[in-house]
Amino acid sequence: MKTRDLTELAFRNLREAILRNSLTTLGVAVGVASLVAMLSLGVGLQTLASQKLNKSGLFDAVFVSSKQGGRFMGGDGPRPTTKKNAPNPEDSRVLDEAARQELQKLPNVVEVYPQVRFLAEVRLDGKSTNSNVVGLPDSDRSNGTFDGIKGKAFSSPTADEAILKSELAKELSPDPATLIGKEFVLRYARRHDTSSAEVANEKDIDQQMDDMLSGGVTFISQDKKLRIVGIIDTDPSASFGGGGRVFMPLSVAEALEPAQPNDLREVVRTQGSKKPGYMELTVRVKNPKNILQVEEAIKKMGFNTFSLLDATRNLRLIFTVFDLFLGLFGSLALTVASLGIINTLVMAILERRREIGVLKALGASDRDVRSLFFAEAGAMGLVGGICGVVIGWLIGEALTWGTTFYLKTQDLPGVKISSVPWWLAVGAIAFAVIVSLVAGLYPAARAAKLNPVEALRYE
Amino acid sequence: MTTTTTPLIQAQNVSRHYQLGDSTIPAVNDISLEIQSGEFVALLGSSGSGKSTFLNLLAGLDRPTSGAIHVRGRNLAAIDPVELARYRRDTVGMVFQSFNLLPRMTLAENVELPLRLAEVDRAERGARVQSALEHVRLAARSRHRPPELSGGEQQRGAIARALVNRPTILFADEPTGNLDSVNGEQILLLLREIQSSLGMTIIMVTHERPLAEQFASRIVTLGDGKLKSDAPNTAAALQSASPAANSEVRQ
Repeated sequence: MKTRDLTELAFRNLREAILRNSLTTLGVAVGVASLVAMLSLGVGLQTLASQKLNKSGLFDAVFVSSKQGGRFMGGDGPRPTTKKNAPNPEDSRVLDEAARQELQKLPNVVEVYPQVRFLAEVRLDGKSTNSNVVGLPDSDRSNGTFDGIKGKAFSSPTADEAILKSELAKELSPDPATLIGKEFVLRYARRHDTSSAEVANEKDIDQQMDDMLSGGVTFISQDKKLRIVGIIDTDPSASFGGGGRVFMPLSVAEALEPAQPNDLREVVRTQGSKKPGYMELTVRVKNPKNILQVEEAIKKMGFNTFSLLDATRNLRLIFTVFDLFLGLFGSLALTVASLGIINTLVMAILERRREIGVLKALGASDRDVRSLFFAEAGAMGLVGGICGVVIGWLIGEALTWGTTFYLKTQDLPGVKISSVPWWLAVGAIAFAVIVSLVAGLYPAARAAKLNPVEALRYE
Repeated sequence: MTTTTTPLIQAQNVSRHYQLGDSTIPAVNDISLEIQSGEFVALLGSSGSGKSTFLNLLAGLDRPTSGAIHVRGRNLAAIDPVELARYRRDTVGMVFQSFNLLPRMTLAENVELPLRLAEVDRAERGARVQSALEHVRLAARSRHRPPELSGGEQQRGAIARALVNRPTILFADEPTGNLDSVNGEQILLLLREIQSSLGMTIIMVTHERPLAEQFASRIVTLGDGKLKSDAPNTAAALQSASPAANSEVRQ
């Protein structure tokens, strides 16, 4: 029999026993729907997590340091990956302004910025407390770092504004929300470079001696007025090791020339140099995919690099396992549905024995009969699969809607937790058809083997 | 029966035994028979005589336990299932006692079924279905479903379905068994008309001797699975049917 005739007959047979076949098809649809809903949840959560992690700046950043130094003061935090290959300090380049410009010009690099972190005193309404201040790059304003903030993010990269960590805000006021819009004073130690000419012109011989002994660097206490624009629960400085409680635009923080932990080391190393190097620069790349390539390029320039690429790999592994388990549960549902298909088709054989006998008497071969039952099973799989994908997608949307609704009640931004990419839709339909065909194997074989004489005798 | 021409069907020592527990039931026991092209053979016998089993063997619906059935040189007992299905499809037309039209399809779709199985071109099918239905005078009922037709109409529809593939041999298993006498006669008249107009060979199972004598050209009697008698129908035979049946068929 030709495929078109076969398909026509199969759909016709399905239509005739509409109730029973609809219920079986619904069984397949429910199976596929649970499979799709669970996998879409897996995919959605994975997408959400990688989006958020990308936004966190942890996975699209390469941390660059000079081969001369460690990373943070006291060597805290991850070690540079090429530490063991660290060459002679004399051979290595200084991470200075020229290097920063050069890094900025590398392909796929979005932004290069230093870490500006310093200890300062926050003074507000007669209260004062010590806090770590961290400068945040301009890109943080648009990448979701400030999601969930009370108030606003910085209005411009050069605004004299600050965002406080909520715990600090609570220390400063019992009602932190009232702090937004208020100004406070930041008292910090400013680094002051003293040139050798300045030292020579110094009239006070004691001061001249002090300057010389200080390695050309002095520190001055300075005040800066900042306006509080927002209060945040999460730590926007997580990508720099976290721990900041006051955040300000990076360029404003740089302009303050605050004394930083590495200044002391600079003093020891570049005695009298007027060009202070950076302790570490963060290079943001366009896409985490570019990390390796950018890292290679930076290493060639003679710097140490570090990135959290390995961590993303682990994350992917976790999500793959997660997907696998969700898929397994979905498949269980589909297995139950395929038992339904087997049952329906076996019942159909019993009911349609006479019809099979007639078909055979009219010249249908075993293969024709088998194909017909097979086509019916496939058709149920196809229709059930399509309905299932639609239902599964609706379930996912409902979950997203419910979650967003709940998050809104908690004053949090909505998220899309489920996603049905095209490959999931196509794959689920194909899976349903294949499972249905496998389920149809036995009934089809049974129908094909029926003896026409016995089948015709059946009432 | 001896003849010089090659017989269309040649059954040689055909037996069909059924196994029921420990006992063997010989439904057909060592029957040898030759049928010529164009004959109208009635297989006559009482219930359980093995006539239907023998018909099924000749029609390729079943295989003999032993013996050979040669149809146009092919031994039905030896060919593979695919060949046997092809034989049923291309050489044989079947008419049953209980009509066996598929109730979910219209009459035209039922008649079209053998054409689908034979993979006949769609374009050709409509005309062939129409012509077969006209042959049995049912063209007007083509869109009706079997339950909407009378018994006689259903059987005529079944004959149209049997004819549509232009078979060489038409097998009819008690074609009048579910019909009243008038309708029964009509059906047999139709079969005889087909036999003469299309030159078809008809082999019919019946347990009604008068009908066999009235329409068949040869009467083969079976009893207990064995051939009891085989003779040309001389009894007044082949006379016209009752006037009532004739007039209804013409209508």
